[in-house]
Amino acid sequence: MHGSGIPIWFFIGVLLLIYGSLILGYGIFEAVIGPMAPVELNYLHTPIWWGGILAAIGVLYVVKFRPGRTSK
Amino acid sequence: MYGLVPASIAAGSFAPLPALLAFSAAPLAHLRPLDIAVIAIYFGMVVWIGIYLKGKSNTSEEFFMAGREMTAWIAGLSFVSANMGSLELMGWAGSAYQYGILATHWYWVGAIPAMLFLGLVMMPFYYVCKTHSVPGYLDLRYGGHARSVAAFSFAIEMILMSGVNMFAMAVVMKVVLGWDITFSIFVSSIAVALYVGLGGLRSAIFNEVLQFVLIWGGALLVPILGLYQAGGVSGLKRQIMTNMQSVTGVSSDSYFHLWRDTAHFAANPMGVHWTGIVFGLGFVISFGYWTTDFLVVQRVLAARNLRAARMAPIIGSFFKMAVPFIVILPGLLGLVLLQNADGSRRQLVGEDVVATCSLNSSGQVADRAACSAAMSKTNLTAASRQKVLAGGDDAELHSYNQALPLMMVRYLGPGLLGLGITALIAGFMSGMAGNVSAFSTVWTYDIYKPLINKKGSDSHYVMVGRMAIVVGVAVSIGAAYLVMHAHGIMDYVQALFSIFIAPLLAVILFGMFWKRATRLAGFLSLLLGIIFSAGLFMWVKLTPAALATVALSTGAKPMAENVFRALWAFLFAAVLVVVISLLTKPRPAAELEGLVYGATKLPKEEPVPFYKNEYIWAVLVVIIFAALNILFW
Repeated sequence: MHGSGIPIWFFIGVLLLIYGSLILGYGIFEAVIGPMAPVELNYLHTPIWWGGILAAIGVLYVVKFRPGRTSK
Repeated sequence: MYGLVPASIAAGSFAPLPALLAFSAAPLAHLRPLDIAVIAIYFGMVVWIGIYLKGKSNTSEEFFMAGREMTAWIAGLSFVSANMGSLELMGWAGSAYQYGILATHWYWVGAIPAMLFLGLVMMPFYYVCKTHSVPGYLDLRYGGHARSVAAFSFAIEMILMSGVNMFAMAVVMKVVLGWDITFSIFVSSIAVALYVGLGGLRSAIFNEVLQFVLIWGGALLVPILGLYQAGGVSGLKRQIMTNMQSVTGVSSDSYFHLWRDTAHFAANPMGVHWTGIVFGLGFVISFGYWTTDFLVVQRVLAARNLRAARMAPIIGSFFKMAVPFIVILPGLLGLVLLQNADGSRRQLVGEDVVATCSLNSSGQVADRAACSAAMSKTNLTAASRQKVLAGGDDAELHSYNQALPLMMVRYLGPGLLGLGITALIAGFMSGMAGNVSAFSTVWTYDIYKPLINKKGSDSHYVMVGRMAIVVGVAVSIGAAYLVMHAHGIMDYVQALFSIFIAPLLAVILFGMFWKRATRLAGFLSLLLGIIFSAGLFMWVKLTPAALATVALSTGAKPMAENVFRALWAFLFAAVLVVVISLLTKPRPAAELEGLVYGATKLPKEEPVPFYKNEYIWAVLVVIIFAALNILFW
């Protein structure tokens, strides 16, 4: 966004990176020690791949829209 | 937004929400520390954005119009996000559970044509005249009286709707998480007041885009995992077909058809007729909401140029068409996947039945006779009814509106559940922030400045806008508590929107496309149209049998009344505009420059590559829209 310094996409990237890292971290922890919550389809290890996707998108946005880079 | 609220809510199922406050059953979900951290980080982020943007919201143009520098993408996502409150998310998932994919009409025919019309046809007039608001356009076109009627109507409706949404959110948080009502109301209100009060419209728009991403990130897993477990779309269809006929009494095939069974009111689960869907919902309610409601139009007015302003609703329409994937599909999946602890299928019921069967302090149904009578009108099996009356673990009833949170609890573990709950909270807050920021602009530009203090400085009006946000949030909190203690008024508050929007649409369309429309015609048609629309509402409210007259059929259900009332109110106001205009003196054409089609020279836009051309994208939207309607005919 022009004229506003940090683009909104950077904020979104930061949030997705934080959330993705937390969820991915929990997913790995859960995969090691076993499920901590009785949810369906536990065997799919959803926190690992969903957390990974969120973190990857977060990294992409943080790098692409970091402050100081030309804003879009 | 009564005409656009979910069927399960518009039909009155949220009216007994306060009764749920006595509901002593265990909350649906238990958050763990990781979930709490996810929610807390979200609150920290939205307030941080508000603080960061405070220094960029010093002039009135920056504070109220976000400096008119939003890109088409940001304006478009904000445009859609401001409409994606959690009442809509949860309510439409519940409606899909009840009525099948008929609920999708409110996302497709009830939105897409109007969004394209706003972008391609109406936006140039809003944008070229540089108005700050929809009442501001009425002022330029019809004069101060029409503006005042619209401004007061908008201001009252927005602030009361904000309160109603706030209360509904607090009740949802209590039912889903067991959170205290006052805690939910104050935490969300303070956060919204902080980030909108500090950063103005820019902050509201930034956060709406953020909230839009979170809603998808938090809710998208439910249909993905649900479809996997149901065996894909074909598996879902097969299970509904085989399971539901005996339970619902309606041919379960109807759950998958948008239009096929709408030739008769009684032939489809929702009790609507295609004429009501096309003319009432698809034209009057949808066009009224998406093209004249300042809450959404304000987002597009903040675009950085005319092309961005035209592209924003078109970009928004792509995402709007996709929303049923995270809202309607979970409702349908809930029909076959939700289970009780013993593995039997969990059947959801209306909020009124849940409230009637509320538990006392010892965990038993408080009024067994009333509960039994209420359950006898549902499709609950005899075994399920016995189980509820017997009490004990896992015996409590759940409502249609809980379909989405129940599906979240089914699939989302620690962290992911926090993200899902954050998506719901984000939806509530984006709606509340939208109402409050629009109220601030209407109050400052259309009430305070023209009627109270015409000669204030720019910084004075920014200060008034900030105060309006604080006062608006405070009044919203008051409205939330008012609804809690006198819940009958909720119906009236929700009806304010539809009472007002249909005549407003008639007045704006004639003002924008008919040079002959006069000032007096605009003012009187708007005022008398609102009175007529309110009269129809009260008639049905006081005499329920009148529904058959208003909706033209004895088979009509409450949703049909909404769309037909809007249609009559629109026609009434339209006839008035024409008749009064022909009897009064028209304005000189020179005064209509920039306001009316045929009297306005639109600025020539620079040529752009085809992939940046709004008409190309609009054609693509039309093709996808038509294909979806044919696919689910």
